[in-house]
Amino acid sequence: MNDQQREIPGILTGLVAMTKRDLLLAWKRPGDVLNPLFFFAMVCTLFPLAVGPSAEQLEFSGPGVLWVAALLATLLSLNSLFITDFEDGSLDQLLVSPQPLPVLVLGKTLAHWMTSGLPLVFVSPILAITYRMPLSVVGVMMLTLALGTISLSLLGSIGAALTVGLHRGTALLSLLILPLAMPIMILGANAVSLAAHNDIYTTGIWALGAYAIGSLSLAPYATAAALRISNE
Amino acid sequence: MWKWFHKLASPPHFYRISAILAPWLLVPGLILIGYGVYFGLFVVPMDYQQGDAFRIIYVHVPSAYLSMMAYMIMAISGGIGLIWRIKLSHAVAAAAAPLGAAFTFLALCTGSIWGRPMWGTWWEWGDPRMMSELILLFLYFGYMALRSAIDETTKADKASAVLALVGIVNVVIVHFSVEWWSSLHQGQTLMRKGGPGMDAEMLYPLLANILGFTLLFGSLLLRRIRTEVLFRERRTRWVREMILSPQGGA
Repeated sequence: MNDQQREIPGILTGLVAMTKRDLLLAWKRPGDVLNPLFFFAMVCTLFPLAVGPSAEQLEFSGPGVLWVAALLATLLSLNSLFITDFEDGSLDQLLVSPQPLPVLVLGKTLAHWMTSGLPLVFVSPILAITYRMPLSVVGVMMLTLALGTISLSLLGSIGAALTVGLHRGTALLSLLILPLAMPIMILGANAVSLAAHNDIYTTGIWALGAYAIGSLSLAPYATAAALRISNE
Repeated sequence: MWKWFHKLASPPHFYRISAILAPWLLVPGLILIGYGVYFGLFVVPMDYQQGDAFRIIYVHVPSAYLSMMAYMIMAISGGIGLIWRIKLSHAVAAAAAPLGAAFTFLALCTGSIWGRPMWGTWWEWGDPRMMSELILLFLYFGYMALRSAIDETTKADKASAVLALVGIVNVVIVHFSVEWWSSLHQGQTLMRKGGPGMDAEMLYPLLANILGFTLLFGSLLLRRIRTEVLFRERRTRWVREMILSPQGGA
């Protein structure tokens, strides 16, 4: 091995390699991707069973239910963000790699969003239609979910990094992230219900976009710091 | 080894100073609260709109303000500990969290009791301040849960400091998002924003209570930090010497 003589690849190469690796891992373990989706569908099934299947009720609660279910499904998938790397030691390799850690973390988080948030966005229309959501609103909902789940993945990565080496980390992760994730859900769900009432919903979309940009630029640093703390 | 003894932030130095300082905060604090409570509950006339119910502000406002103040102290001292690696400031953060949670709980309870006669409900989901305060309570719970889940003290300090700092950015966003959210809902007519301007007669007991609660909080915080410092430094020489000295560390 003559790694030291070799030139260090650029930042973008590192980012892409990290994302590709995690996507490949997800491809090899489809259960990790599918389970949160099944969970999402099941939570959406629970609500009509609990509150009754009347049409007005479903129309009224649809946006909220879908958003709560998406939030919970994302939380469920966040647990596996760093845990396998932590267990097989590849997390240590990331920490000592010459690439900047926030960039690698960003790569991992992007891969996480592509395997958790993005599938949710594409599954949600099916469930939305069962909730009698009009097609024009379904588009708005997909947009809010796409923007919101990016922020959720990034915000959640901080929590996942803080709890990575801990026993009982799963419950703790939810406890840490849920209060922080509330604004995303508020903005998303309300933009959708405003759209359903033919009201101006763009405020929520802009705010979600701002949140996504803000967390894209800040969260990887917090996650990197948290990873270093958890693994020292 | 003895060099850090001379630093202001050194635990033994702090331990000595705080023993002198704590009663100087506690006694004026209790006097001010005594004045505020007596005048607020017995002397000040009834509010022409709210009757006697308004008197709960003498507890509600100070505890609501301290709930946020404690979070600021917790997050900022955690940040200081993270950046400058001052051990004492992590002890401050650890000590502030349960106090902050307690004041948040108190603010929620008194707000709820006040809401019953004023808005006709114990809990108003549409009120942005109640929601922000509730989320603040959850943040405190998360912070304390993370702290207690990590066995190593230094690791727990740093991890929880990161969480508190992330939380402080988020508290602002929570506030604005909740405000935007509640402005969508009808039924805000229950709430009188601003309310009547306050009379000096009503205001002075409130100011006295705010200052008194702050001093009481300060002295409680000092006491908690002292315990925290003593526990963290339990294996050091100064603690052993102090405990074994004839005064027994009193």
